[in-house]
Amino acid sequence: MTPKSAIRAEAETLFAAFLAAGAVPVDADILLPADTLLDLYGEDIRARAYTTQDPLRGEMMLRPDFTVPVVQAHMTHGAEPARYAYLGEVFRKQDRPTTRPSEYLQVGYEVFDRSAPEQADAEVFALFARLLAPLNLQPGTGDIGILMAAVRGLSTTERRKAALLRHVWRPKRFHALLDRFAGRAPMPAARKALLEHLAKDTPQALIAAAGQFVGLRDADDIAFRASALIEDAAAPPIAAPEADALDQLLSISAPAPQAMARLAGLRNTLPWITDAVAQLGLRLAAMKAQGIAIETLPFATTHMQSTLEYYDGFVFSFHAADPSLAPVASGGRYDALTAVLGQGRSIPAVGGVIRPGLVARLKGNT
Amino acid sequence: MKIGVPSKGRLMEQCFDWFGSRGLTMRKSADGREYAGHIDGASGLELVLLSAGEIPYELAAGRIHLGVTGNDLVQEKLADWAAQVAPLADLGFGQADLIIAVPQAWIDVDTLDDLDAAAAAFRLRHGFRLRIATKYHRLVRDFLTRAGVADYQLVDSQGATEGTVKNLTAEAIADITSSGETLRANHLKILADGRILQSQATLFAARSADWTLARARLQQVAPALGLSLDGLAFLS
Repeated sequence: MTPKSAIRAEAETLFAAFLAAGAVPVDADILLPADTLLDLYGEDIRARAYTTQDPLRGEMMLRPDFTVPVVQAHMTHGAEPARYAYLGEVFRKQDRPTTRPSEYLQVGYEVFDRSAPEQADAEVFALFARLLAPLNLQPGTGDIGILMAAVRGLSTTERRKAALLRHVWRPKRFHALLDRFAGRAPMPAARKALLEHLAKDTPQALIAAAGQFVGLRDADDIAFRASALIEDAAAPPIAAPEADALDQLLSISAPAPQAMARLAGLRNTLPWITDAVAQLGLRLAAMKAQGIAIETLPFATTHMQSTLEYYDGFVFSFHAADPSLAPVASGGRYDALTAVLGQGRSIPAVGGVIRPGLVARLKGNT
Repeated sequence: MKIGVPSKGRLMEQCFDWFGSRGLTMRKSADGREYAGHIDGASGLELVLLSAGEIPYELAAGRIHLGVTGNDLVQEKLADWAAQVAPLADLGFGQADLIIAVPQAWIDVDTLDDLDAAAAAFRLRHGFRLRIATKYHRLVRDFLTRAGVADYQLVDSQGATEGTVKNLTAEAIADITSSGETLRANHLKILADGRILQSQATLFAARSADWTLARARLQQVAPALGLSLDGLAFLS
């Protein structure tokens, strides 16, 4: 076990480096209201965060990460552009026996800046790469924005695109939906039977025939989805070339220049990814200017796809050679999250966290 | 060797019958209201009468060696349950399914896939996540995560769960059912792929209990009870 004092010292060093890079220190409560986190992350957060009951404030959670309180603090009284650094404990429940700690320090750096997102992306990544350089970690990068752009432009109904976008962070479900919308998977028997039943009469008549009405989800909700289902059944499948190109896009995992070339090749079939791919090009150039060896930098379209669902652009991580360890550092861009927490206002944001516990441990081994 | 058995009702009687027909006679002490009992037919056995819901915790703590309870309760209440208890026998009673049910009037929802889509639309229109009432939080959440259902929330309901939809405190429920009659009476239907777990009364052994002396007792009664202890290193 790495002594706590060594971890704390490592955390202070990293924190000082973030301040030296121009960040303002920001503090956050450890007890956070559960409703904001639940609304944002869904029920999954209850499996990962410690919840407790406050006699007056209701359900509270022990801080599972800093992103929400830092974004909230910025949206309430932040100047622009802003750079923040924080240092403190986060708490993650472990449901299975594991060597991963349930309480550990995080040091983070976040940039809120409206100008040139590629510069902010490169700044955060280069800062992390420089601080972690002595550990010889394996970097990984990706861009969820490219995947989202690819879905948004598909020649299919808005409803199908919304369904795919909603499940971008759940790869298994995403693929199942894509297969169905592209006509590559047969319609499930249950859906077929449902459609046959819905074709028999008006939704209102069928609802009345189904028995006594109970619940808050009312006849309008039901009729709306019933007609959406019928409409969807009549919609033509996503054309095979588009669906295939989307598969290829999802399978890209290569050094950045090769990944870039493959993405460029897909622009013929998916021309609507052009802007997102251009943004990747700008980012790579900005990273190169910051001294990053982009020729060997790994890029995968689906990198960190199945993390908590708030990254919507550039994502990155730094891993140790031991695959059982959590990433030493990770982060990404979360523009949409600021809109959700900003109550009408939003600002492009990118940032990441380092686990000083792992840094200290890896340094101790060498 | 301490054996924990549900302390009342039909479940207790069926337990007594199961052990009794295999040569171990269990009975409550003479004062029927006292939660103490006796086992005849083998020496060194102690009967502990407990609430069925407490038995998983008592097993996990190693305070009883064997215990009878539903595998739904074990899997819900114990994190990483298989590391804490070992199932020795299905007892063939107390059968019930943990299921997800929605109002019968939901003519557009028959599967988890439909539930997911309905939850997304519900959240947009009503401004909060679709509520599913249950007391089986761990099992339901794991199940829905595996199925890729999003935009729902669990609300706690420790009893009369079928009534929560009519009372407008939930839109759907996840609960134990055997015949489905209570569901139908409350205008609910089970999703076609909404069965989370098939449960029944099960005899469990506690991995962390002190088996030094109890091991021989169990080996003695195992043949009569029809238990196979093969592969359970902590019992052999």
